Amino acid sequence: MNSLTDFVIVSGMLLGIGVYGIVTKRNALRLLFAVEIMINAANLNFIAFGQFLFTSNAVGQTFVLFSIALAAAEAAVILAIVVVAYRLHQDVDVSELKSLEG
Amino acid sequence: MAVVTVGGALVALEADEIVYGAIGLAGSLFGVATLFFLLNAPYVAVFQVTVYVGAVAVLILFTVMLVRQEKWAKEVAPTSWTKIVGALSGLAVAAAVIFAAVSTNFGSDTSLQNTAGFLEIGQLISTGYAPVLEVLALVLAASIIGALTLSRADKEEPGE
Repeated sequence: MNSLTDFVIVSGMLLGIGVYGIVTKRNALRLLFAVEIMINAANLNFIAFGQFLFTSNAVGQTFVLFSIALAAAEAAVILAIVVVAYRLHQDVDVSELKSLEG
Repeated sequence: MAVVTVGGALVALEADEIVYGAIGLAGSLFGVATLFFLLNAPYVAVFQVTVYVGAVAVLILFTVMLVRQEKWAKEVAPTSWTKIVGALSGLAVAAAVIFAAVSTNFGSDTSLQNTAGFLEIGQLISTGYAPVLEVLALVLAASIIGALTLSRADKEEPGE
């Protein structure tokens, strides 16, 4: 549990789980979970490569700080959309939300 | 900690009760934070705990409780065909990344050698990446305003 390959393997597993969730789930909240998991896989990769392959710079950590803040903003917007969709449709199944279709 | 991280992610997607899924997601995010600690990046780890485990997970938990329905517990399972395709694509992505990681030679010295800490992060954020910080602040403000507007859009104004 202390070489770069180990961390990249964990990140790859998280990314695979996220892809699986995106493909199979139809519940908007589960989709949000899957997206968060994939964002975390990407952040883990950033930190791992930045910490192992550079002797002294913090660019990887800085990028992850920005990424976490962006993900928080994205989660807030998605949750607001979920609440509005629930108020309009009493459900958050994305295959049922078709009111924007022509 | 890798087990906690990956297991929490699986629980988040597969738990029957979606509240347990939200808790599993929080566990997974916490596992990622501990991996950041192991990677010698304590500042990012603490940031992850406060923002993700502290704020986002609680936000998700509240929304889940607001919109939760009993019928989700016995949710219409996606057709097995969809599930197989999803599992295959997930496995394919994971296998590709893992194969690439295992078969790549990351240079001669791959021990943890980065000692950059708070000072370097602060200097980077406040000098070279200051425009990014400004734009990020605008994005955050816009998203918060958007979220507030969305969630009160169809409320009747009392005076009209």
